[in-house]
Order: sequence, then structure tokens, then C-alpha cells
Amino acid sequence: MADPMKIRATMKGDVAEVRILMAHPMETGQRKDAAGNTVPPHFIQTMTVEVGGKKVVEGHVGTSVSRNPVFGFKVKGAKTGDKVVVNWVDNKGDKRTDEAAVA
Amino acid sequence: MKQNLIGALCAMVAMGGSFAQTSKKPAAKPAPAQVAEAKDAATLEFEKFRAEMEESNPAELFEMKGEEQWKTKRGPNNVSLAESCDLGQGVGKVEGAYVKMPRYFADADAVMDAERRIVWCMVEKQGFKFDDIAKRPFANANFTPDITNLVTYVAGHSRNMKLDVPLKDPKVREAYEIGKEIAAFRAGPYDFSCNTCHGSDGKRIRMQNLPNLSTAKGAMSGVQGWPGYRMTGGVMLTHQWRMGDCFRQQRFPEPKYASDAIAYLLTYMIGNANGQVYKGPGIKR
Repeated sequence: MADPMKIRATMKGDVAEVRILMAHPMETGQRKDAAGNTVPPHFIQTMTVEVGGKKVVEGHVGTSVSRNPVFGFKVKGAKTGDKVVVNWVDNKGDKRTDEAAVA
Repeated sequence: MKQNLIGALCAMVAMGGSFAQTSKKPAAKPAPAQVAEAKDAATLEFEKFRAEMEESNPAELFEMKGEEQWKTKRGPNNVSLAESCDLGQGVGKVEGAYVKMPRYFADADAVMDAERRIVWCMVEKQGFKFDDIAKRPFANANFTPDITNLVTYVAGHSRNMKLDVPLKDPKVREAYEIGKEIAAFRAGPYDFSCNTCHGSDGKRIRMQNLPNLSTAKGAMSGVQGWPGYRMTGGVMLTHQWRMGDCFRQQRFPEPKYASDAIAYLLTYMIGNANGQVYKGPGIKR
């Protein structure tokens, strides 16, 4: 199973700043290992973010995104205590959902 | 090669830096002081980028993993480190332990840095085999050893604390003095010592400033940011790894993992930085 994400959401004025750290190898499928064999692709394909029950991000993520990626964005209209739910699905069908509260 | 957002940002910062340098450099031979100034401008640009990344450092992912491994019963003896490992602050206590190491541990009769101590606990308390740990002690692109997670976790609990290596302890003092000797020991095909690059001010390799480890400020920049997340390759690496890499760059024989020599060198280096604030696991380019 995939490792947990780290989600941080803080109010800055009337805007919530959300930062998400995901643990994922994000293999492109272009790399070769020491023996010369192609390393099969393994990357996050889609991600969604809900803040306070409302979907705010629906993202398609590809192989150009780095290993252990960081996503950051600002959400208007959120308030302290709102639940932030993040989930991703990778190309092997592995998935992960984590949540945090806006502080 | 995989190009990513971080890489792109890195390149931008690097470009910004070199612009600053060319605009400042006069057409004639630049005076050394001005070169130093321009170099600092590049460094400052990178510092800005690093500050931005520190807020969301992937090292935190390794901390989380380390925490889980610290608290889980593991190994042939089926005990957790949380209930058996004393890092000098009492069994299982991690708060502020990292900044107070290397220190002397009577139960092991040795001066140990954080990584060496955790390895000792894994072997003595949990029953892991030292040779198994030492076979692959450091992370690469496909593999992060447990010890790296654990060190990162412990280091994360010394965030914003002052370094306080107990140099008054005669055993630690002795280690410090030996470490100082090792830093000055010239050998290998290049006849290098640590001090060749890190023993005086103003040295650099290409654009990379080299800290003078004999000064408090220089030693601090050698301590700060370890264990660190390397953006190149996305690998989490420890201070022990960094010491070994310096040996490699000097074309020295590979030092033994978790050995006296590395512990003594770290005592010298971290001891010199005593009193300054450690910011926790860092991020490296």
C-alpha cells in the first residue's frame, strides 16, 4: 500500500493555503536500471482535492512531475475547521486518500 | 533525464544568479572582493528558493515513515526503539536528542553520532544484524533504508534547537581532538585532507561555496540541512552519507559505516557549530 501524504492547510486572511506532499516514485517508464532493463512506468494519474465538501481540484498528473511531488494552491471561501480530502490514483490502480483540517 | 518542476525552478534560480553575476562584474579584471559579492548574490537567490521549499520539504514524508518505524515492534527481538533505545535523553526520548549528539554512551563505551547510535540500538535491542544494515546503509533512487527514515525522524524532533555537543565530557573531547586530526590528515592520490577544501575561508568548487569547518559559522553550514532531501533524484540522505561522500571525493578508501572515524569527524564538526540553531531535516539541490 502507498505511503501516507502530508497535508497542511492554513488560513491566510480569507484564503486557505493548501500544501500537499505525496510519497510516490513517479517512474516515467523511460529510465533503465543498472542491468539495462526498462523500469516500468509507475506514476500518479489523477488527483482530486475537496475542501469543506466541495471539489476544488480535479487534476491529471503525468510523468513530467517529480518523485515525491509537492502541490500547493490557494482556496477562496474556506474556513478554519473545513476538512481537506485529497486522493490520488496511479496507473497501476493503486490509490490513497488522506485528510486534514484547515487550521 | 527526467525534467521536473523542481528542476525547472532550480534552473531559473541558477540563471537569475548568473545574471546577477555578469551585471555586477566590471569589464576589467574583477577584484576578488567583487567576485565574492556576486557569488553571494547567486547564493542568496538559491536561499530564497530553498526557503520556499523548506515549507514543503519531502523530508517530512521520511519523518512520518521513521516515526512509524520508531514506534513499531520490529526485528528478531520484536521490540520497538521507542521502548528500548536511549539516545542520551532517556529511553525512547527523541525530543532534542539529535542536537546533543555525538555524545558518549557508557553502555556501548563509544562516542556516537545519531545514526551510529540508532544502528547500535537496532543491533543490540532489536536484534538486527549489523552486517545487514551496513550492506546498504544509504538511500538511492529505488531504495531508502529504515535507518535513514529513523535518523530523519529523530532529527525532526530537534527543529530550531541549539546544537549542544557535550564537549566538556572528556571522552567526547578526546573524540573531538581525534576528529580534528583526521580532518587535517593528508593522504590519497591527491594528497588531500578535509582541510584542503574546508580548512580556510573563501574556497569554492565551481559555484559551490565551501564552508570553513574550523569556524563556528562554517561548521554550521556543514551541519545544517542534514539529513537532507536531495532534489536531484529525490533521495533522502544522512550526515553519515555526506561524510563518506567527502572521503570519496578525496579519493580516500571508503570509510566503514557507523565507524569511530566518522563519529569523531562529526564530533569535531558539530562541536565547532555548538550554540547555533539547527533547523531540522533540510533540502539540498
